[in-house]
Amino acid sequence: MMRFSTLIRHPADWMTGAQADQCAVVTSRIRLARNLRGHSFPGWAKKSERAETLEILRPAVEGLPPMKDAFSREFGDLSSVQKQVLVERHLISREHAARSEGSGAVIERRQSFSIMLNEEDHLRMQSIRPGLRLKEAYQALNALDSELEQKLEYAFDPTLGYLTTCPTNLGTGLRASSMLHLPGLVLSDQIGPVLQAVNKIGLAVRGLYGEGTESLGNLYQISNQSTLGESEETIINRLDRVIAQVASHEQNAREKLMEDDPSMVADKIGRAYGVLRNAHLIDSKEALNHLSLLRLGGNLGFFPAATVNLCDTLLMDIQQAHLQLHAGTKLSPESRDSIRAEIVRSRLQSLDSPDIDTKKNNQTDRFPEDGNPEDA
Amino acid sequence: MKCDYCDSKATVFLTQLAEGQMKKVCLCDSCAKERGVTDPTGFSLADMLVSNFQDPPSPVVSGKRRERSAGGAKVCPECGFTVEDFQKVRRFGCGKCYQVFNEELAPMLRGMHKGLSHIGKVPEGLMESHFRHKRLEELHAKLEQAIASESYEDAADIRDEIQTLDEVGK
Repeated sequence: MMRFSTLIRHPADWMTGAQADQCAVVTSRIRLARNLRGHSFPGWAKKSERAETLEILRPAVEGLPPMKDAFSREFGDLSSVQKQVLVERHLISREHAARSEGSGAVIERRQSFSIMLNEEDHLRMQSIRPGLRLKEAYQALNALDSELEQKLEYAFDPTLGYLTTCPTNLGTGLRASSMLHLPGLVLSDQIGPVLQAVNKIGLAVRGLYGEGTESLGNLYQISNQSTLGESEETIINRLDRVIAQVASHEQNAREKLMEDDPSMVADKIGRAYGVLRNAHLIDSKEALNHLSLLRLGGNLGFFPAATVNLCDTLLMDIQQAHLQLHAGTKLSPESRDSIRAEIVRSRLQSLDSPDIDTKKNNQTDRFPEDGNPEDA
Repeated sequence: MKCDYCDSKATVFLTQLAEGQMKKVCLCDSCAKERGVTDPTGFSLADMLVSNFQDPPSPVVSGKRRERSAGGAKVCPECGFTVEDFQKVRRFGCGKCYQVFNEELAPMLRGMHKGLSHIGKVPEGLMESHFRHKRLEELHAKLEQAIASESYEDAADIRDEIQTLDEVGK
């Protein structure tokens, strides 16, 4: 059986797969909700009933070909820190981490699929991919779902589709979402109108860790809300189109910032680099915001392209539960900030200071060669 | 969709966010006028209406509704979930609940989703019965039309087809 430490030691596929042409879209995620016919939903089921459904679900899920040698645990066998680490990795939901016996998760080795057992629904299946690859993520998860369907009898109604605990997931049971990194839109004050427009067409915008969370590090999640009355394809195509548009707005905003105010951009990225390289105490909010600028610097060519993946990995590793796991003990907020700073410093050790050639261009603009006596 | 106060066809649908929850009321023309809902200056009346509606049946409620409340709250026979449970948590106890609480659910779905009927993936094993069900829905609608327009010959044909499909489904 795969050990927790083995699962966590390696960054997920999506963290190392960032593509240069899709710098604004960090990940694409597809989630499907399914329930067993003739069994109470997990939230309403008695303890014995939940144990019974878990007995049915777990072997079926573990038997899927991609789940060969997967990480599979009942939650009674995981500590709360371990569960929190899985939340920080986007492998299980925050709500799911609060559960124990009678619930569980099966996670594919490379973390591109994870299946929650007895979450709000009997099955919450997720597939995650780097960049804007919603269609690909859906195709992969759909194949998994079709395979499960051969073994499990799903609760399905001809009019209402797949039946879910909460009517907001009814029908397709599909939630498609992308995580976007939008520093350009934030720095140029365009983020509000863009997100409002997204909201207006019936899509939801959320922070880093889903519903009700704050946006940190200029990261936003965009997802569909309606699940009934439209096919999976229609939902995904619309989302794909909108996200591509937001990403191109972000691209334009970055280009415009570099044209209009390159010193401001260079200054922000340079300062972020300075702080991250030299801080000895840093809280997670400050770290996330500076890492966001470092990532932007990676996209703009101030740092080597691999910096982007470095930032995406650090983003996970500096969070509370990850730090606690790393330290192997419960941490006070001060020692957390200290360990966080230490990890960041050591990872960025070999990163050279930003290559800011815009600075040169800018200076020649402002100080024509014959205008500065000190040069002579 | 029927009016929440009498049994006529509802034409006015009110949605309001109150205490972080979506509340919906469906009204027919006359009930809406009676309560000043269609009058744009009468928005406060709409508020009162929505909050009243959350309380147990008011005197205007139809006989059908009273009958049910006399027999105690509606309960899902399979999992024991009650209509109060649903109103509290806005979630269901099991798949069967969707049939049992269909009336309570229907007005909520309208504000939640782009449609009221599933389009998309169907479990492979259920494909045949799914399409039979869809066809039956169509035929029942046609049958009503045929009867309304007094084309009884067509109606008889449609009824025969419905019967055949029903037989297959048994």
